[in-house]
Amino acid sequence: MDEFLYLSLPPMVIASLAAVACVLPGNFLLLSRRAMLGDAMSHVVLPGIVAAFLLTGSGSGVVMGAGALAAAGLSALLIEFVTRRAQMEPGAAMAVVFTAMFALGVVLLETTGTSGVHLDVEHALYGNLESLIWLGAAPPELWRLALIAAGLGLALRLVWRPLVLATFDPVFAQTQGIPVAWLRAGLTAATALAAVAAFQAVGSILTIAMLICPAASARLLTRTLPSQLMASLGFAVASALLGYILAGYAPLWAGLPFTLSASGMIATVSGLMLACAALIASHRARAAL
Amino acid sequence: MQAGGDAGHRCALQVQGLTLRYNDVLALDGATARFPTGSMTAIIGPNGAGKSTFLKSVLGLVEAEGAVSAFGGPVAQAMPRIAYVPQRAAVDWSFPVRVIDVVLMGCYRKTGLLGRIDRRMTAHAMAALARVGMQDFARRQIGALSGGQQQRVFLARALAQGADLFLLDEPFAGVDAATESAIISVLKSLRDGGATIIAVHHDLTTVAAYFDRVVLMNRRTLAEGPVAETFTRDALAQAYGPALMLDPTGSSAV
Repeated sequence: MDEFLYLSLPPMVIASLAAVACVLPGNFLLLSRRAMLGDAMSHVVLPGIVAAFLLTGSGSGVVMGAGALAAAGLSALLIEFVTRRAQMEPGAAMAVVFTAMFALGVVLLETTGTSGVHLDVEHALYGNLESLIWLGAAPPELWRLALIAAGLGLALRLVWRPLVLATFDPVFAQTQGIPVAWLRAGLTAATALAAVAAFQAVGSILTIAMLICPAASARLLTRTLPSQLMASLGFAVASALLGYILAGYAPLWAGLPFTLSASGMIATVSGLMLACAALIASHRARAAL
Repeated sequence: MQAGGDAGHRCALQVQGLTLRYNDVLALDGATARFPTGSMTAIIGPNGAGKSTFLKSVLGLVEAEGAVSAFGGPVAQAMPRIAYVPQRAAVDWSFPVRVIDVVLMGCYRKTGLLGRIDRRMTAHAMAALARVGMQDFARRQIGALSGGQQQRVFLARALAQGADLFLLDEPFAGVDAATESAIISVLKSLRDGGATIIAVHHDLTTVAAYFDRVVLMNRRTLAEGPVAETFTRDALAQAYGPALMLDPTGSSAV
């Protein structure tokens, strides 16, 4: 039991908190057809982290987080710029910017000898959830993610009404005096914050999965926005816990001498949940005919 | 700058020289019109004439040059008195909200960021729904509505705002006959109560029956005034070109 408390509980809590932080903006990204932004944000943090490390020589989470946020902000501006100047569809602009930024991050990582010492591409993809264990105190990622998840939840509660209106009908929202452009920028910032915080703990694959999969599953199964949000939070936490347990224990139960990547398994579980939700929704649609 | 002078008191809306350029295309070219208080005006013109853009520019939703005044002052100050009904196709109707939620969006100026939606507010929204004959659909998800019902919900949201100047963008586009007559009777009763109605309209055959004034535009305003004087064959030919074969004014044979 002690082993579980020290080795398994902290990463499970961290995975759940990362999932919650991502799901909150994820629901609105999905509804405003900007789901790709989550993908973009969780990739662009890599060059930011590498650059922050190269500039300061510090491997502290706060310094790297600041670098990642700066990179996220820069790429948000770049996306906006490409969309307007090249009159490109936003999805295409995001794809151009985030692949270029991520590639830059990989190049920086490999050419500066940073790779393998403090950072490597594998960690960027899968995170290091399994190593976030209790070492006399909770890992700092836990408090950071808790703070960010709580902050995002509070911010969402505050702007809920105008945000829903601006997402549903931005033109009408403007006639009601709602600062639509600011809300849009705020959602981008919230996505960046959640992506950066989650990236450091769980890697980019799980971050992308958590930004979209639980919200997409909930969207298929619910009819009102509050119930969609609640369901997506439930799916997110459930896939975090279930995925972690499956990754750590399923191979042992099967008598195999290894464990699986927790991040990978959590992302897989959330993907399977989405597949089930799609099946249930299409079955319901057929039954309604 | 304030357009008009003393005429401003009798005009709900005055537009002077509204010009908007998209890249190299002139979407609006000095559009000028007056909308007297208590009138019901159709804005007509061919496709691409800038009718929707005209409404959006008037509201400041897109930035155009020119002078616009509402109730004798700047539009920005008059916004609480103005209700805008966008084109139905402008929103995603699979969005997870119920009919009553959409109507309550019209009360945003009263509820604000965190104000409670109390029983009085809900009753107000329900009354707006009842006016368009949609009271039985309040708890329905908006995706489950027909096109005509969606349009009525949009009108109910505008009613809930408690405005006295209504700008509607193609309110009759793609709706059933029952909805069309429901909407027109609501609009007429609003006008009879002193409100000013301005609607972008595409069906020339109903202009005379529904509206008392008409603004004819094709990037510029070509003619404006009471339907009987303005809605003429010559003016229509000028706006739509000679290719318009039918004569919706019914004044002479082709």
